[in-house]
Amino acid sequence: MKLKKLIVASSIVATGLMTNFAYAADSIKVGVLHSLSGTMAISETTLKDTVLMMIEDQNAKGGLLGKKIEPVVVDPASNWPLFAEKGRELLAKDKVDVIFGSWTSVSRKSVLPVLEELNGLMFYPVQYEGEESSKNVFYTGAAPNQQAIPAVDYLINDLGAERFVLLGTDYVYPRTTNKILEAYLMSKGIKSEDIMINYTPFGHSDWQNIVAEVKRFGSEGKQTAVVSTVNGDANIPFYKELGNQGISAEDIPVIAFSVGEEELSGFDTKPLVGHLAAWNYFQSVETEENEAFIAQWKKYIGDDKRVTNDPMEATYIGFKMWVKAVEKAGTTDVDAVEQAMIGIAVPNLTGGIAVMNPNHHLSKPVLIGEIQEDGQFEVVWSTPDTVIGDAWSDFLPSSKNLVSDWTAPIKCGNFDVTTAKCSGQQF
Amino acid sequence: MLRLFPLLLFFVMSFNASAAVSETQQSALPALVEQLPNTKLNKMASLIEQIAATSTPQVSDILQPLMDGDLYYLKADKRVVSVFKNQQKQYELMDVLTAEVLPAVGKSAIKKVRTNNRLRSQIRDLLANLDLTSTDADTRITALKQLLDNPNQTGLTAVNKLIKSEKDDDARELMSVILLVDQLETGSTSEKLSAAKQLSDRLEPTVKNALVKELDRISVDSASTSSTSTDTESSSVEVQSAETKELKTVLTNAISSIEQQASVFSLAENLFFGLSLGSVLLLAAIGLAITFGVMGVINMAHGEMMMLGAYTTYVIQQTFPHLIEYSLLMAVPAAFLVSGFVGVLIERGVIRFLKGRPLETLLATFGISLILQQLVRSVFSPLNRQVEAPQWMSGSLEINPILSLTYNRLYIILFSLMVFFSLLMILKNSSLGLHVRAVSQNRDMARALSVKSSWVDAITFGLGSGIAGVAGVALSQLTNVGPNLGQAYIIDSFLVVVFGGVGNLWGTLVAAMTMGTFNKILEPSMGPVLANIIVLVSLVLFIQKRPKGLFPQKGRSAE
Repeated sequence: MKLKKLIVASSIVATGLMTNFAYAADSIKVGVLHSLSGTMAISETTLKDTVLMMIEDQNAKGGLLGKKIEPVVVDPASNWPLFAEKGRELLAKDKVDVIFGSWTSVSRKSVLPVLEELNGLMFYPVQYEGEESSKNVFYTGAAPNQQAIPAVDYLINDLGAERFVLLGTDYVYPRTTNKILEAYLMSKGIKSEDIMINYTPFGHSDWQNIVAEVKRFGSEGKQTAVVSTVNGDANIPFYKELGNQGISAEDIPVIAFSVGEEELSGFDTKPLVGHLAAWNYFQSVETEENEAFIAQWKKYIGDDKRVTNDPMEATYIGFKMWVKAVEKAGTTDVDAVEQAMIGIAVPNLTGGIAVMNPNHHLSKPVLIGEIQEDGQFEVVWSTPDTVIGDAWSDFLPSSKNLVSDWTAPIKCGNFDVTTAKCSGQQF
Repeated sequence: MLRLFPLLLFFVMSFNASAAVSETQQSALPALVEQLPNTKLNKMASLIEQIAATSTPQVSDILQPLMDGDLYYLKADKRVVSVFKNQQKQYELMDVLTAEVLPAVGKSAIKKVRTNNRLRSQIRDLLANLDLTSTDADTRITALKQLLDNPNQTGLTAVNKLIKSEKDDDARELMSVILLVDQLETGSTSEKLSAAKQLSDRLEPTVKNALVKELDRISVDSASTSSTSTDTESSSVEVQSAETKELKTVLTNAISSIEQQASVFSLAENLFFGLSLGSVLLLAAIGLAITFGVMGVINMAHGEMMMLGAYTTYVIQQTFPHLIEYSLLMAVPAAFLVSGFVGVLIERGVIRFLKGRPLETLLATFGISLILQQLVRSVFSPLNRQVEAPQWMSGSLEINPILSLTYNRLYIILFSLMVFFSLLMILKNSSLGLHVRAVSQNRDMARALSVKSSWVDAITFGLGSGIAGVAGVALSQLTNVGPNLGQAYIIDSFLVVVFGGVGNLWGTLVAAMTMGTFNKILEPSMGPVLANIIVLVSLVLFIQKRPKGLFPQKGRSAE
């Protein structure tokens, strides 16, 4: 009796394993490299769910090249070196065809050498500081000229700002962005005494001095605006202090690059109302594609209160583009897909068409939104057309001569137009 | 019906009367309002200008909701309405032109009339002009302050007329400042001279800006005239230049006197910031001063006691959503009880078995802190929770135009001192305090005198933890309420206690305030990151020199 049971059980297991193998043999594997624990989990888990939702959707449509898509999810746990390890695991052990992953710039820089060594392919969905273009990465988030520069233009042209405070958290993205912005403002004829730069540590909560200084800086007779690259939950005490010291969004508007719907959900938004944020996507934009996407997301996640945000749209566009490129190339081979990707066009959720450029960056519209009491944004300005992402900023002396072009004959991520040379550096 | 008739008649008549006053303008208004839904943001400014120019009584009914974001239009017929959201999440509508109340609708039927920051500040200026004649003195003063910052001709003319009849002293003073600033910009040289003299004791930033601007203008002028003037030119130039010279000295003196005052006040402001940071440190450290200082237990879960206090505030606000104003008052005793209870549990369950083994206590309490964090993560969510600030905690106390103290910081300074002194009282004057001191000084002797030392240990630990919970209530107003709240303060707490001298409450007070002020005085010139590092390094050096802190305990109890 017992023996019989054992035989039955083992045969079930065996058939299970065999079907699994059979399944794996003709499935396409998609690696998901987002932190599911640690400090970044709050933001990155959403993106993992977005990728899984897109895969489910694609499989329901019949898969890709006649095969099912199979997700491989790993957890790099907000630990930057672990991104490289887990990336290697995905490429070498699981043999995934593409990776969707990373949020912070430091985690991307960590996994980059592995991608180039093993010739993997990764889609990076978050706005970042630029100054990079790798053959193995597609950047679907905003480059500085798709977020920071238009935001400053808006402040100068529409709000009449003449003085600028650049506030940031002390790490690579704010520092590089502020360097670019400072150079840009100088080129616009703003004097250096009208620019104030300040950095604070992660999670800074005592903003009294800094806000008082901003107030003093702003009371000297010129319209002042704050450009904030302050990250994460340090924002809330900052906006609270602004409110308490009696600075309204009309007096000194703050434009933020790291505050989105996800960050605002669950916060007391009273002190933030009227302040600004610059993104390529807002949930509040009314288009058919967007409404369908929001409905799909809410249904997938099973929670009506969940919001959508810009990195989610970037993931959405990245996935759609990859699917199209694989169909175009007829294979998932990295080199073929990489070449097929260039020129692929996918509709944006906010209207218009996103196109993948030869520098591995997207063309996207830039939107500026005002924070509303319900934690959503109201678009007050948008670029008339899409803006081409620029990998190398034109406003930094070290990178203004560099261009990135991955099509023949240049095939280089950092081509110097004056010397017509590609530096030996891979990225 | 009969009774209603006169009322109706009255309405019709009054409507007619107001219409008769400005019939042409009245007729222009509906056409302008009709344009509101279709106008692009960059064309809105002139439209708002035109609406205000009709100066009909409806203007403020239109502009006020437009500024507050309550002006919508019906998608169906583009009728412009002001909106009020009622409790059933329906929108109650009122036609802005006819004041007719329309049936409530859902959000999908209406669309907002869009504005941006620039338009809103334009509207604020326009509304301020209307408020100049308000019957409420505070409204007038706010309007005058607005006018001072953004002077415009309509406002200035109105102020010129109103100043004679103004009864309120503060308002009249502001009015005269506004007129003087205007004189400084547009008047003759002698007028400028007298204006500059009178303005030399005003602290409003606008006044200083006007003075600086005038001085710059004169310097540029005199530079250009001196280069072009020749000996043959008439002496009137010299007279003028003598007057200008005097104006120049008066301006320079006025600016320097204002700057001198400003620097005094900015010092005071920095001191306040320092004390406020110090009071936060004091609140965080004072519970630890009991558990670590008096009992000698290294309690790594102390930060989590604060976190529990902050979450108690959140729970109270969720349970009584209509009593936000009183939520903090309720949260203080509740947080004390919750954290105190958890503290007693920890002491009875873990710490008492580890007496005299500091390393193991440290590890065990560190484990407890992780457990508590995970507990909060599973119960509430890993995301930060939203704790609202009651009205009386927001805003600031304006002492003069350049110095204002935020209420939340002010209350927290007072609160931390209250907690400190009541704790001091408990330890000094109550029988519990007597037992605590007895046990901490000589456990065996206290037991010989029939003090239940284990009971005293539990109560003391509970007291220290409870106070940490109370600190959490205060912190919920300053920082984010999340599972990591405690982690951010635990290091600082230990630093303060060690710096002040273990076992000495007064030492904790002095240490907290010193560290806070030192940090805030360094911050403006060094930035927050470097200021923190310097404070830390100097603390390490200090401890090297005096290992027992500022106020070491003396006598046998110290051993």
